[in-house]
Amino acid sequence: MIAKPAIPDVLREPGPGIGKPLSRVDGPLKVTGQARYAAEFNVPGLVHGYIVSSTITKGRITRIDTAAALRRPGVLHVFTHENRPHVAWFDRKWKDEDAPSGSPFRPLYDDRIVHAMQPVALVVAETFEAAREGARLVQVEYEAEPHETDLAARRHEAFTPGKEKGGFEPPPKPRGDPDRALAEAAVKVDVEYVQPTEHHNPMEMHGSTVVYNDDGTLTVHDKTQGAPNSHSWVCSVFGLSKSAVRVISPFVGGAFGSGLRPQHQLFMAVMAALQLKRSVRVELSRPQMFTFGHRPPTIQRVALGAAPDGTLQAMIHEAVQESSQFENYVEIVVNWSGQQYRCDNVRLDYKLARLDVFTPLDMRAPGAATGVPAIEMAMDELAHALRMDPVELRLRNYTDRDPNQDKPFSSKELRACFAQGAERFGWSRRNPQPRSMREGRQLIGWGVASGVWDAMQGQADARATLGIDGHLVVASATADIGTGTYTVMSQIAAGTLGLPIGNVTFKLGDSALPMAPIEGGSWTVSSVGSAVLAACERVRGRLYKLAAKMEGAPLGKAKPADMVLTDGHVALAADPARRVPIAEVMRSGGVLAIEEEARSVPYYVKRAQHTLATHSAVFAEVRVDEDLGTVQVSRIVSAVAAGRIINPKTAGSQVMGGVVMGIGMALEEETFMDHGLGRYMNHDLAEYHVPVNADIGSIDVIFVDEHDEVVNPLGAKGVGEIGIVGVPAAIANAVFHATGVRVRELPITLDKVLAGLSRRSAA
Amino acid sequence: MAEAEFSTLVEVSLRVNGERVSRRVEARRHLIDFLRLDLGLTGSHAGCEHGVCGACTVRVDGEIVRGCLTLAAQLDGADVWTIEGLSDTGEVRDLQQAFVARNALQCGYCTPGMLATCADLLERSPAPSRAEIREHISGNYCRCTGYEAIIDAVETVAAARRAATGQVAIGQATIGETAE
Repeated sequence: MIAKPAIPDVLREPGPGIGKPLSRVDGPLKVTGQARYAAEFNVPGLVHGYIVSSTITKGRITRIDTAAALRRPGVLHVFTHENRPHVAWFDRKWKDEDAPSGSPFRPLYDDRIVHAMQPVALVVAETFEAAREGARLVQVEYEAEPHETDLAARRHEAFTPGKEKGGFEPPPKPRGDPDRALAEAAVKVDVEYVQPTEHHNPMEMHGSTVVYNDDGTLTVHDKTQGAPNSHSWVCSVFGLSKSAVRVISPFVGGAFGSGLRPQHQLFMAVMAALQLKRSVRVELSRPQMFTFGHRPPTIQRVALGAAPDGTLQAMIHEAVQESSQFENYVEIVVNWSGQQYRCDNVRLDYKLARLDVFTPLDMRAPGAATGVPAIEMAMDELAHALRMDPVELRLRNYTDRDPNQDKPFSSKELRACFAQGAERFGWSRRNPQPRSMREGRQLIGWGVASGVWDAMQGQADARATLGIDGHLVVASATADIGTGTYTVMSQIAAGTLGLPIGNVTFKLGDSALPMAPIEGGSWTVSSVGSAVLAACERVRGRLYKLAAKMEGAPLGKAKPADMVLTDGHVALAADPARRVPIAEVMRSGGVLAIEEEARSVPYYVKRAQHTLATHSAVFAEVRVDEDLGTVQVSRIVSAVAAGRIINPKTAGSQVMGGVVMGIGMALEEETFMDHGLGRYMNHDLAEYHVPVNADIGSIDVIFVDEHDEVVNPLGAKGVGEIGIVGVPAAIANAVFHATGVRVRELPITLDKVLAGLSRRSAA
Repeated sequence: MAEAEFSTLVEVSLRVNGERVSRRVEARRHLIDFLRLDLGLTGSHAGCEHGVCGACTVRVDGEIVRGCLTLAAQLDGADVWTIEGLSDTGEVRDLQQAFVARNALQCGYCTPGMLATCADLLERSPAPSRAEIREHISGNYCRCTGYEAIIDAVETVAAARRAATGQVAIGQATIGETAE
């Protein structure tokens, strides 16, 4: 262990109030390499497991021969479907917090193969290398069956899913007569957009270290977005009591949704530890990171009809999306279109097609990052057809009520996003004519798009313990996947109790802590932050009561309502100079610590009367090489309205990260399927392209003021998703403005640009 | 049999973070696994396992290398520095401070490798442009931060280091002029 002092002293920065740009409190541990991730807990006697992946896509295992693997020195055991220990039988036992309807995948359950690279065995050995070598020596024979992995081939057999999953809303019923309105519209576009499979690819591969304790209990270090989710799943699948397992996950090397469901490595490591009575680590290899869920490929039709002044008269948005044969993965793809724009004739339609793939999995802004780019590219096409500025077209059809549900928004400062973003970007200088800007052989284009995401909230618990030494410990079983949970929760707590941020410790990522939902969907500040606020307010209330009863009445006859907490003191609100140190208040009341636990529940009634959403306006500048077709994003301005921003520094970073992932979506990211084999071809980081530093130009983030009293007591909506949503369309629209070429199939790679340029010059 | 050779034990003696280390390692063990598993230096991370992402970047004999493409058995007599050692000596403290102050990290998984690469850049090029910084650290993937803050942090440190050494240079020049 390194015992050197932490490097930067972020705890002495000015603060701690809500809204201050504090540096992340976990920063010092991370820049010195002391933050421990799931596969970094080394314990004596630890053994290693390596997963064997199937070489067919569909069929069954006819024979599995582990003899050669078992002969290798160091190999301890090979688990297969033939010798695995008993696991749960009912589907419901395999459900986790993020499971859609259907029958969850069960590793090593039987001889069926339902997707490519399915786990078929686990080799456990004394060393990682011996396990990996053993995995190569396991011989598996299969009886293959025909598979189908091509969405285009199954799109006409797609079905309309039901509710399927919490948080999913099927599209609203059609309004008016969209087909007729489209036919009669003066100006129209009717186009199809195609989006590919993407994989989350957090930098840390999924790993679990399961420590087998002397008393037979398990301490599980898991890469997860919810320690309680992993915990209850493990207990349910293996029939263990809640007290026999503890899941810990203090640091997570990125996830973007990949850790929302318990992944293969968790099952494998727990199974092996229970059977072998030893501590076991299983890490997925990078290619295996492509075997457990992805952003699903989607084909969308968007048809818009408008009057010559730009008023929308018809909107049809239809999506067909991939799901697996065994679960109905759903996300909200098309609803956003009907929510963003006022239009009397609307049809929104969402269907699933079953393919022989693993079930898709929520990936950053699931659904919105797919559907919003389609409507926002179509709006750009419509603006061009109307010879109208694309910002003006959006404002022409702006709505302050959600037309889908006929409810007001709890707050919606999207107009201000457009205004401030346009101002910062210099949008007013834009010549609407495509190909109107160039520097040598570089064609320059400016594009715009809006973004939207839900402002969700779930129930969460938090516990706050204030010691007489002035140190506050706040705990909730939530996660920090890099988002800044440690920091913003510390900030909310410190702000509520008037303590320096250095006096606050926030604990998370532990199934033994007060309950919190999986961290995802931008709802952690809303859910857990509200619980932290509530717990700290209770502590504050008790301090005030103690202060009111103090001997000698140092605050006079002040009632709790007359008091404030500031700088470690209880003070009079009207005269802050009259104050008593917290420690003195507690000593006088005879308490060494004040502990309070609180559960926050959403404002169900107020929420039900409103639509709650974050919004953004994204402006992009691209440079397209006319000869090579390469696209460089030189500038992005993203103006975001997300309620109150607890910490502009960490929130700004979230949005910038979302912008870069959006650049990836627009220009680079695609998991290629070889439909003949039914396998992903580019399942590694060399061939699955994510943006690197050289791909990025300047990124400017604006947070627009937005006041919201419906969303939660903090007024904060969350920012994890909104950063990505508007970006792909803004870039695609900028590419059109630069080149006059519409690429409707993401990512916009140079081959598609060049093909468009040559079609254009041929015409 | 060829496979048997991979598990042959090889004696290596090297220095890691200034400390002498002698171990018998399997010929097939990568440097990154040697550091993480044998020495418990888990600050260096594996991300792609084939030299693309840079999360395992460490310094060997003054050059940055990929821990996932280097075998431990190759390193007899080598001088290896990881984030733990670079932190202890204070060599990258200004970079670390700037990374935290600028929020040039989120999940932190790429950060130790990123710091090693940034330190390498500033050693070679004290006044890099933003484009040069981007180019030099493009072999270090970050999936979280949006990169912008990383460039800001490196640029800040480069300027601060130049200012610090610049003052020395001015001081020397003044002395020189006086002597004339």
